[in-house]
Amino acid sequence: MTTIDEIPAPKSTDEIPEDHPLHERLNLHRFIFCPGCLIGSAITSITSCFVERGLTSKDYAVVSGIGCTGRSSGCFNSPAFHTTHGRAIPFATGLKLANPKLEVVVLSGDGDLFAIGGNHFIHACRRNIEITVLCINNNVYGMTGGQCAPTTQIGDLTTTTPYGNIEPPFNLVSLAAASGASYVARWPGYDTLRLRNSILKAFDNPGFSFIEVLAPCFTQYGRKNKLGDAVQMLDWIKNQVRIIPNCPPHEAEFDFKKGRIVCGEFVDAPREGFSQKIQQLRDMAQKKK
Amino acid sequence: MSSDRNGKLILTTGNYASAEGAIAVGCRYFGGYPITPSSEIAHYMSRRLPQVGGTFIQMEDELASIVSVVGASYAGVKAMTATSGPGLSLMAETVGLGFMLEAPMVIITVMRGGPSTGQPTKASQSDVMQTRYLSHGDYEMIVLAPSTVQECYDFSIYGFNLAEKYRTPVIIATDGIVGQMMEPVRYHSNFEIINRKPPQVSPDEYQPFQVLDEDLIPGMATAGSEYNFYVTGLTHDDTGSPDMTPERAVKLITRLCDKIRRARTEIHEYVPWEEQHLDDAEVVILSYGINSRGVPEAVERAREKGHKVGLIRLRTLWPFPEELMEKLGRLGVKKIIVNEMNYGQIIREVERFRHLGFKVTGSLVPTTIPFSPRFIYEELLKEV
Repeated sequence: MTTIDEIPAPKSTDEIPEDHPLHERLNLHRFIFCPGCLIGSAITSITSCFVERGLTSKDYAVVSGIGCTGRSSGCFNSPAFHTTHGRAIPFATGLKLANPKLEVVVLSGDGDLFAIGGNHFIHACRRNIEITVLCINNNVYGMTGGQCAPTTQIGDLTTTTPYGNIEPPFNLVSLAAASGASYVARWPGYDTLRLRNSILKAFDNPGFSFIEVLAPCFTQYGRKNKLGDAVQMLDWIKNQVRIIPNCPPHEAEFDFKKGRIVCGEFVDAPREGFSQKIQQLRDMAQKKK
Repeated sequence: MSSDRNGKLILTTGNYASAEGAIAVGCRYFGGYPITPSSEIAHYMSRRLPQVGGTFIQMEDELASIVSVVGASYAGVKAMTATSGPGLSLMAETVGLGFMLEAPMVIITVMRGGPSTGQPTKASQSDVMQTRYLSHGDYEMIVLAPSTVQECYDFSIYGFNLAEKYRTPVIIATDGIVGQMMEPVRYHSNFEIINRKPPQVSPDEYQPFQVLDEDLIPGMATAGSEYNFYVTGLTHDDTGSPDMTPERAVKLITRLCDKIRRARTEIHEYVPWEEQHLDDAEVVILSYGINSRGVPEAVERAREKGHKVGLIRLRTLWPFPEELMEKLGRLGVKKIIVNEMNYGQIIREVERFRHLGFKVTGSLVPTTIPFSPRFIYEELLKEV
């Protein structure tokens, strides 16, 4: 297993053109995010991985659901699909199975992927379908006005938990691992080098990869819980992050009260993906015919 | 189960014939979820699709099934799902998405009794309005209603051709009896195959929703090609970018609806209604699907007694055949009797045309058993 820190950094700045290095790959007039939000870092990290792997837009597709991160697919200059709420993963499943050569990336939020889309997520993990799912976790519904999400921590204030949240949150890493994902990682969104390297590993994984990206929402979560502006919230997250190599997924703690968020790679167990299995099934059926 | 029985008469079920028709016209992706009485379509597809290099997947629910079909369609593959009323209810949001993204796709719904879980193993025609008004928002739907096993095969072919031609979801509404009964059928290959319009300009100039033809249908790029495109369920401009201005909403929604509305006559010429004795009929029985099977016998019996009776069997339910209503008005038909295995659905559409001079009555029974020729005849005698 290659550790994240063994993967070399991107090429030197000499090769970067004068304007934005990913200019041709991005569609920035559809960039609608709050200044200081880490969704942009995730978009550029994914895009730089496409570039790194020499993939052009005929080789990949980006799918998103609904919400702040739902709007991110519009920023990619590639086949990009802004689907309905919660349905990015099954859309990506159909896309991938109908054209297995595509590198399919799902980029969506915690509410989209784990509340309304939760069932699709666990089944995609179980099938080990060859897609990469990035969850921008801001612990809240940002776009719809700061409501409680399945990742909101107990006691925290949102527009639908004015007395403090009473529901325990999902631990996304544990959930993905228990559901059968063959690559599972969690990174703070500001750590774009590790995030990039992790996405490259996800591309190499022949099965289902899940990467949770911490991207605090100062506009909703921060305001309600008095955590400060974008920079203060990044500091707040940074002070809690502990990068632990080879940490088992059930120890992937994520607790604002304790001030401890374990990051790293939790599952790195590549195994044959679903579309390969379907191909074997076709071969078998055609022999029997 | 193979397609090499081309041309020979074989005995099979409507559900199998629906599935084989889809494969014959080039369907290579099926995403489904088990539901009675449609499950045999999934059974058949799970066996047949791998044989022809296609993909069968049993998804975790109907929501996932149909949205995976939109994904497959945008990868350039002809794709479908099959379900029944309760599953179709769950597919509502993605029928709207499919319409908005202009994704060719076919949904077969094998109607059973409702509402709710209703009567899973029985037939019904109570989802006719559901097939039309499934999604929220203004939209148009093409719905075909087969009444024989042969039509199950044929209508899968027609359904895909219509979906590809107009870049829109098409529903084929069969029912628990048509789907599960056995009849002789020919798996013929005597049909044209229509494929979606490809992009008409170079990748640099391409805009996914730019209309260059009078048919209001934009050329469709798919993932994996040289074309870049962004599509969204939000109201969008020609480039696919979200646009919330009222002007844009009006422009988009009217185009999406008009591309189907303007094609109404063309669609009814492609899958036409059946008519008998309209030359002299004063009373016409209008029916469709399984419930139309007993009508010819009742009509012939009435005509033997000297009653001037005719029949109409709808094969395209939606868009509703307004030209048929005008024709019946022109011919001076005095009364239309609408026979439905529901408590009154298509009759509401027929009633909209009473100003053309005919009266409208109905035999509207939310039953699970098609009307017998005797019942139809006796009801007919009350009206002539």
